[in-house]
Amino acid sequence: MKVLIIEDEPEMLDNMRDTLEREHYQVETAADYQTASNKLGVYNYDCILLDITLPDGDGLELLKQIKDQGKDDGVIIVSAKDSLDDRLKGLNLGADDYLPKPFHMAELHARVNAVLRRLNFKGQSLLVFGNVSINPENREVVIAGSPIDLNRKEYDILMYLVTNKNRLVTKAALAEHVWGDHIDQADSFDFVYSQIKNLRKKLENSDMSIESVYGVGYKLNLD
Amino acid sequence: MKLLNHTSKYLSLVLLPVITLWAFAFYYAMLDEIYDSLDDGLGNQKILLTKRAKEDPSILEHVDFDKHVYNFKPISKATYDSFKESYRDTLMYMHNEDDFEPVRIYESTLEQDGEYYKLKIITSMVEEDDLIKDLVNYLVGLYLLMVIIILMLNNITLRKIWKPFYHSISQLKNFKIEKEEQIDLQPSKIDEFSLLNDAITRLVKKSRDSYTEQKHFIENASHELQTPLAISINKLELFLENNTLTENQTKELATVLDNLGRLTRLNKSLLLLSKIENKQFPEEEQLNISSLTQEIVTDFEDFAIHKHMKFVVDATADVFLVMNKDLAIIMLTNLIKNAIVHGEADSKIHIRIAEGSWSIHNRATTEALDEDLLFSRFKKIGTHKKSTGLGLAIAKAIADKYKLKLAYQFDGMHTFEISFPQKR
Repeated sequence: MKVLIIEDEPEMLDNMRDTLEREHYQVETAADYQTASNKLGVYNYDCILLDITLPDGDGLELLKQIKDQGKDDGVIIVSAKDSLDDRLKGLNLGADDYLPKPFHMAELHARVNAVLRRLNFKGQSLLVFGNVSINPENREVVIAGSPIDLNRKEYDILMYLVTNKNRLVTKAALAEHVWGDHIDQADSFDFVYSQIKNLRKKLENSDMSIESVYGVGYKLNLD
Repeated sequence: MKLLNHTSKYLSLVLLPVITLWAFAFYYAMLDEIYDSLDDGLGNQKILLTKRAKEDPSILEHVDFDKHVYNFKPISKATYDSFKESYRDTLMYMHNEDDFEPVRIYESTLEQDGEYYKLKIITSMVEEDDLIKDLVNYLVGLYLLMVIIILMLNNITLRKIWKPFYHSISQLKNFKIEKEEQIDLQPSKIDEFSLLNDAITRLVKKSRDSYTEQKHFIENASHELQTPLAISINKLELFLENNTLTENQTKELATVLDNLGRLTRLNKSLLLLSKIENKQFPEEEQLNISSLTQEIVTDFEDFAIHKHMKFVVDATADVFLVMNKDLAIIMLTNLIKNAIVHGEADSKIHIRIAEGSWSIHNRATTEALDEDLLFSRFKKIGTHKKSTGLGLAIAKAIADKYKLKLAYQFDGMHTFEISFPQKR
């Protein structure tokens, strides 16, 4: 899977590259409009992370360039602006997602994963981890041949942890992803525990387990 | 009162004394002219009578005014010498009018064949009272006519002239700085109005520029803060993953992450407040407040359960409001979150939705709160160190933006109520 990160802030770029390389993506980077435009002209990517505020050009123009070339690369706009105008403009121009800064690394994985899954398998793939298979299309989870019943939040937590398997996911990242943007107004994220507890019970017979990391967050381990 | 009525009022007030003064001047000037021509006529008659007396001395016998408009009276030489000609007014009985009327008398002397005579000639005069009456009538007529003409001029011509002015004013009334619509001013041939239009155009441009600048400033400030925050948060997250740390080290890092998260929320809240105040949320839609509340309550249910609280939503009516969806969610979220954070454990949070009102009630250990402090920024009531102190200020700002009334009451329960007029 080839991912191109277009981001002018070097440290931001490093962080994103580090975390995506750990997921074994082939990561390319561009720190300015010109480099990005050249790379986009020559290579194809599966997913492009696009910062729309670049020092030498408008990132939305790059998005136009991608779409004009008729490529169906997945594009996720990364922006510090989080303004409704930009969001609408970006999505209208054909971006797949819009990720406002600051975001959690776990959230970045989830978004990239979702875009790649949608593009490469047209949503038809089954995700298989040991004896657990997940069908993202109809949100069905089967453990050792027998389907299990998960509520919306439990399913979302499972998907998020699976996407970030073997990595520490903080409670804040999990809460914001599953409970929505506005839950970040809550003064503590300890409330995620009760849903984790239920999920653990339902995953008892599976090859995966949810590990609690010093009360800071959770990690999904595959046995 | 409209400007054109003002001018009409003053014009009609000024016209009254002007016309009166003019009437006096006109009256005396005319009277003077009349006397002058009467006296000329009398003088001429004297010359004619002198000629006639030479041809027909019998007319010197006329001593009264019964048959003629003149009479003669013999006088002595001494009287003749010292006599001064005079014109004067007197009254005389007029047969046609059956009344005494003013007449003009000319007294002079005449010498014929060594005899001296005093000569009196009379002529009928203008009747001054009639003259004055006529004059007053005509002037009142003139005055009324002028007032009517002024009013008509103002109402027809001036109305037309002022049209571009009213057009500009109506454009200004509908002008909204956050909308991109241009202001459309009618060009005018009148200097004052083109001046006004120029000033409006310049003012609008200036306001737009500074509005855009401010908007950009907020966006830039946001950008500048969000990026370092993102870098720090992500670096720490990577550090947590990439290193095998002890429990204590992990917890320390988690605390730093938590605080960075708070900083992020604070930054977002401040941005949101300025955006609301800068009216940067023009999109509005009809929202079902009842179902929106239900959605938020579902999101916050786990949070409430964790705090040993329970929601009771009592919706007696479907309530609809036209507002920006994100802002509606934020306003309700902040009030609901506030109730959970400050609520008492093992208590219920009541949300009541009825026509024209949305209210949330919760128990807390604190007594009644000061409503003025409650909605101001950074006024933290209670001991929650982690609250940004902006949640209620934001809710209030959103309520104000949509002219909803957000009020606080205490009757054993802490109650926040949003009330609004019902639109059908």
